[in-house]
Amino acid sequence: MFRQNKFFFPVLITLLVVVTLCAIAFGAVSIRPVEMFSSIKHFFAGQKPANIYEAVFIQLRLPRVLLCGITGAILAVSGVLMQGLFRNPIVEPGLIGTSSGAAFGASVVFVLAAKWPPALKSDLGPFMTPLFAFAGALLATYMVYMLAKNAKRVSIISLLLIGIAINAVGLSGTGFMSYIARDPQARSITFWNLGTFSGASWLQAGIVGTVAAIMFIVSFRYSKQLNALLLGEEEASYLGVDTDKLKRRIMILNTAMVSVATAFVGVISFMGLIVPHILRLLIGSDNKRLLPASMIAGATLLLLADMCARLLLAPAEIPIGIITSLVGAPVFIILLKRFNLLQHKGGYDA
Amino acid sequence: MLKTENISFNIGRKQILKNVTAEFKPGEFNMILGPNGSGKSSFLKIFSGELDKYQGTVFYHDKIIKTLNKEELAKKRAVLSQQPELSFPLLVEEVVMMGRYPHFSFSPNKKDIQICNEVIQRMNLTAFKERNYLTLSGGEKQRVQFARVLSQIWEQPETGYRYLFLDEPLNSLDISYQHEFLQEAAALVKHNTVLIAVLHDINLAAQYADKLFFLKEGQLVSHGSPTDILTSGLIRDVFNVETTILDNPVTGKPLIIYN
Repeated sequence: MFRQNKFFFPVLITLLVVVTLCAIAFGAVSIRPVEMFSSIKHFFAGQKPANIYEAVFIQLRLPRVLLCGITGAILAVSGVLMQGLFRNPIVEPGLIGTSSGAAFGASVVFVLAAKWPPALKSDLGPFMTPLFAFAGALLATYMVYMLAKNAKRVSIISLLLIGIAINAVGLSGTGFMSYIARDPQARSITFWNLGTFSGASWLQAGIVGTVAAIMFIVSFRYSKQLNALLLGEEEASYLGVDTDKLKRRIMILNTAMVSVATAFVGVISFMGLIVPHILRLLIGSDNKRLLPASMIAGATLLLLADMCARLLLAPAEIPIGIITSLVGAPVFIILLKRFNLLQHKGGYDA
Repeated sequence: MLKTENISFNIGRKQILKNVTAEFKPGEFNMILGPNGSGKSSFLKIFSGELDKYQGTVFYHDKIIKTLNKEELAKKRAVLSQQPELSFPLLVEEVVMMGRYPHFSFSPNKKDIQICNEVIQRMNLTAFKERNYLTLSGGEKQRVQFARVLSQIWEQPETGYRYLFLDEPLNSLDISYQHEFLQEAAALVKHNTVLIAVLHDINLAAQYADKLFFLKEGQLVSHGSPTDILTSGLIRDVFNVETTILDNPVTGKPLIIYN
């Protein structure tokens, strides 16, 4: 069984480094290590890139790899948080309205922003999309939370069912925005529902990275309380955890992370399910190990997926959501079957 | 000592508990009995601090429960529920360590680890230490949960008592474990512990309890030692079943036979 192995984290980190380097090197245009170094040298010297390779590296590849890795980390950590909160391993960030709400908020900015007064645009500029995404995600998540709440308690079953309903509303909103959009990219509904890193920029990577760094640190501090919650709400409460407060905070943390990432890259499904599942089989469910491990493994896996997205039909690109779903769904089903065997009642306590 | 004064509790318009006043002394095995829906579980949730919208007062020693904060309370009061739902793979020792959570902030210290090991040994779980909790049988799971609860209140508090509440703890245990469990629990009582269990089996209760508390429709109808208060009249009144009560020739305690 999952014993504590002192080599686990070093191996995980090494994998991430190797995959990151590969993700930087390979693509429609390959970049050699020499060019990477010289590009970084020119960048810090304040000079322009010397050739096309250096330009691709510093302006396209590096921000893309960063944004992708951070997003993968966010989705995986968010999966762990949500699964702990619902005490159910089949929960995903997308399930309680967070992703679809964020996508809707972002699509509103994307499609309608051209008609807004210029003053508003220039002031908030690039922050408009994540702000609206956060608003949309928070609204959707909060509605799910409130509607599912009865007699001061949040019941897990109603939470999941209402999540499905709110998701449908969010998706149809995004669909409508795509339908009335003029911009060809926004017109493609696949952009929102299948995700892509093709538009990654340094600014996006910076915004997502900052939010992620803060949220990771905060969520790691809750790992003990999240562990207690695995026993059930009553048991956690008997162990001195203020469960209602914990649930609210985790909800907000999760919404902030997921919405900011979703605003820039669209909805990427299954990452929040697959990564925690695999890791639980390897190292168990102690959140003190699971949260940092998910962060690293999530980044690694999404970088791999993005490499596939870029390379399989190069120079064309496949939306990354197709890759994650295609690989994720079967793995998920296998894991689910195996996990079910271990359940004494033959199902999950929802 | 744990004292409840005039506890009343409603869910909507339905009155669950009516003016329940009771005293649970340390050093005695207290058991609460009553038919389904008599308010046993609500009563336990109230004096354990899980429910807070009720009338009346609960005293822990000389302190009113509402003045104690959750973390403070968790250091001296532990509750074993019927069958905690845990659907994630965790090692047995990790589950037991959860009992120490109220005592450390991020990582367990030496003392926490030592207490966990002691409890694991005491509960004969050494061979299970590194097993996945999900692969255990119902009875084994319950023993692990009991170990977790014990590790939570293992140390004697400097002042006052430890409080241990058991909510129908025998449900998933076979007969030999039921007795073993109650013997373990009864042994704890001697060490500055206020022990209260909610139980269904009147015979087991008669054998192990020092004090019985009978609840019926939210009211405390009778309390006292088994030999003093157990009569077929009381059981007819509370449970609506006909019984004959004999003396158990081995234990000398009352033995209930259902007619």
